[in-house]
Amino acid sequence: MSDVLERPESTNRAAAPLDDGHLKVVGTRPIRPDGAEKVTGKALYGADLAMPGMLVGKIKRSPHAHARIVSIDTRKARALAGVKAIVTAADFPDLASEEYEAGESASNLRDLSLNVMARHKALYDGHAVAAVAATSSDIADEALALIVVEYEALPHVIDVEAAMAEDAPVLHAHLFTEGLAARPDKPSNIAKRNELKRGDLASGFASADVIVEGRYTTAAVHQGYIEPHACVASFGADGQCQVWSSSQGQFMIRTYCAKVLDLEASDIRVTPAEIGGGFGGKTTVYLEPVALALSRQCGAPVKMVMTRDEVFRATGPTSGAVIEVKLGAMTDGTIVAADVVLKYQAGAFPGSPVGAGSMTALACYDVPNFSIVGYDVVTNTPKVAAYRAPGAPISAFGVESAVDDLALKLGMDPIALREKNAVRDGMKASYGPTFRNIGYIETLQAIREHPHYSAPLGPNQGRGLAVGFWFNVGGESTAAVNIGEDGSAVVISGNPDIGGSRASMAMMAAEVLGLPVEKVRPIVADTASIGFSMLTGGSRTTFATGMAVTQAAQKIVEDLKRRAALLMDVSIDQVDYMNGVAVCLDASKGKADLTIAELAAKAAQTGGPIGAQVSLNAQGAGPGFGVHLCDVEVDPETGHVTVLRYTAAQDVGKAIHPAYVEGQIQGGVAQGVGWALNEEYVFDRTGHMENAGFLDYRVPVASDLPMIDAIMVEVANPRHPFGAKGVGEVPIVPPLAAVANAVRGAIGKRMTDLPLSPPKIRAAIDAG
Amino acid sequence: MPRVVAACSSCRAFTGDVTEFEVEGDTVRQVIAALDRLYPGLGEHIERGMAIAIDGEIHQDALFEPVGSESEIYLIPKIGGG
Repeated sequence: MSDVLERPESTNRAAAPLDDGHLKVVGTRPIRPDGAEKVTGKALYGADLAMPGMLVGKIKRSPHAHARIVSIDTRKARALAGVKAIVTAADFPDLASEEYEAGESASNLRDLSLNVMARHKALYDGHAVAAVAATSSDIADEALALIVVEYEALPHVIDVEAAMAEDAPVLHAHLFTEGLAARPDKPSNIAKRNELKRGDLASGFASADVIVEGRYTTAAVHQGYIEPHACVASFGADGQCQVWSSSQGQFMIRTYCAKVLDLEASDIRVTPAEIGGGFGGKTTVYLEPVALALSRQCGAPVKMVMTRDEVFRATGPTSGAVIEVKLGAMTDGTIVAADVVLKYQAGAFPGSPVGAGSMTALACYDVPNFSIVGYDVVTNTPKVAAYRAPGAPISAFGVESAVDDLALKLGMDPIALREKNAVRDGMKASYGPTFRNIGYIETLQAIREHPHYSAPLGPNQGRGLAVGFWFNVGGESTAAVNIGEDGSAVVISGNPDIGGSRASMAMMAAEVLGLPVEKVRPIVADTASIGFSMLTGGSRTTFATGMAVTQAAQKIVEDLKRRAALLMDVSIDQVDYMNGVAVCLDASKGKADLTIAELAAKAAQTGGPIGAQVSLNAQGAGPGFGVHLCDVEVDPETGHVTVLRYTAAQDVGKAIHPAYVEGQIQGGVAQGVGWALNEEYVFDRTGHMENAGFLDYRVPVASDLPMIDAIMVEVANPRHPFGAKGVGEVPIVPPLAAVANAVRGAIGKRMTDLPLSPPKIRAAIDAG
Repeated sequence: MPRVVAACSSCRAFTGDVTEFEVEGDTVRQVIAALDRLYPGLGEHIERGMAIAIDGEIHQDALFEPVGSESEIYLIPKIGGG
């Protein structure tokens, strides 16, 4: 074997159109525009809005994991003084099954509606069955207790493989497995089977010198955002509705509310509140249609705020899963065959992220023969929602654990093994297309050259390496830029700011306009004040909405040049604009420069207000790769794992605001470490979640983690004006395996069942 | 003519075991129309649920993206995120 590495063919790569190597704002670290409001407690989140006459809305939830709803009697509750409205599924239209796009990807509107309010059957513990609006929280609670729901309890199933069994309780009589050669003759909990394959798997394994295989499991984990779901809804007497809510997309909320309640989208105006974390979990509706339905019934505004218990029991976690991996390789490390089977919980309705899990499973590797089969399986658990790089951390946990075992079996350096099999520009991805402008090799090199990689380890300590991939997406975005009379600017977008998009929007506009970033104010507008934008998710906003902002700013620059030409009495081709100043290129004319402030002051005389809006559907988002290195120490007496050191490198294209990019990487790692070590949904025998609170469902806190060293590798995406690639999803993909591989190094045993809690590790140590 | 690869399970429901095609078209829309003529229903399926990678660059909902005569087109499920 050889450690000699091929350097990438980076010299032929295209540069970003606007990155001339002399950027003044992009790539710097200005103070965040939303910081002061947040740290002084003035920022308004979903639960902060109060209106005159506002009522308190609350939801009655099923105590059963699976039950037929025989009857719902609301008479006593309605008679309670202070109760103003009560809704059940009877107050919502019974929608037909229809896939509808209202954000990033399609959702089935019938399933969406049934998840908002159960009809005929409750499909998980915590499923909404009725809701009330009352004049106080206590009265609302009392009313919920007075609603009598008669259930016929049904057998339930939570484990993914148990749900796939022939004799499993069937959740949906209409659900027949898609993706089979022939339509099955009976319903199943397996909603879909998907398959990716290349080459000849049997021949590949037959030619292999070494084979490793493993079966890995992950638990359902929640996105764990600090802010619970919250909204205020007001249904006007004229049919005009307003919603204020914390979500990842105000337009998504508008569309889903319109569909679930059979309203016109134009009758609903949604104002985005500040958002206290989403991570994919706020890309759908839970409360907003219910609050609107209650408000419609009583005519008063209704506020609804979930408790933490409700967040855990009734909003999307991501899938628990089983991952089976078999790899075949030659003695020089060349992987010649891979067989991957993925079984993902979807929760109560179809739609687990197993498709993306399948497409990403081998995306870092050039494997000539492989099969990846995925199963999307419904279970009596909350319907899963997106969670950073949905599906990818799960499949990566299995594949990267197996690759680690392969390196050990071959006696090969883990980076050398990955470099040996790494995808490069011009190679076909496992999911099909040819890679262009990827920075995977550079990212591996960054970790190899980092001092962490060669630092010594102590007793009971181990080091783990893992890699990860995410596609990143673009999509529809609108942005407007307006110049004030003093030459300052306002940037308006339709994307809630989850991870720093206001800062990056302001910076890109400032760069193009030649303004200090402090002179640019970024605003997130409501659905009636800016054109459509897809939600903030998929690592798309800085890429796609940033493209719209940049183009709007460029339009303004052209307009400023036109106005300067008028004022200078020269033709427009004799005017240039740089660093916020219009200059006449013909010095012999003796024309004085005109600053943007001077041009703004003359706006009325040169054509009126200065502004531009751009709407686009951004294409060409560049994929991202991450390489993570983790050191742990295992206490052999307690089985407790301490993360000692963590270094994460990622190809980010171009870091618009490097501190935010580092924050994205660090945040993804923190969540991945929690997934690896602590977090899991625990159910009792009745299917009731036993740990629906942050005391018992333990996410990592600051004292659980070391400083996470984030390394930004910049291989530009030529389709973005400054070269940006999405960054928010990749960093949660490798940590599960990086931690598990480090634990294997520390205790000398492969742990395959997440989370790696102390009892499991003690049991492994005790087994000898 | 552009070469189209549709290897995912959902497309094979329309195309059977055939996963590669050569069809006429200067834009994504024309390519989809040509595929729909070969396999009725496939066009709607692509428009509703598939992303299209043209020479390695993934496009979603981009009917009028130009396609070269030597282009390689992969149909893959639409991608969302978190």
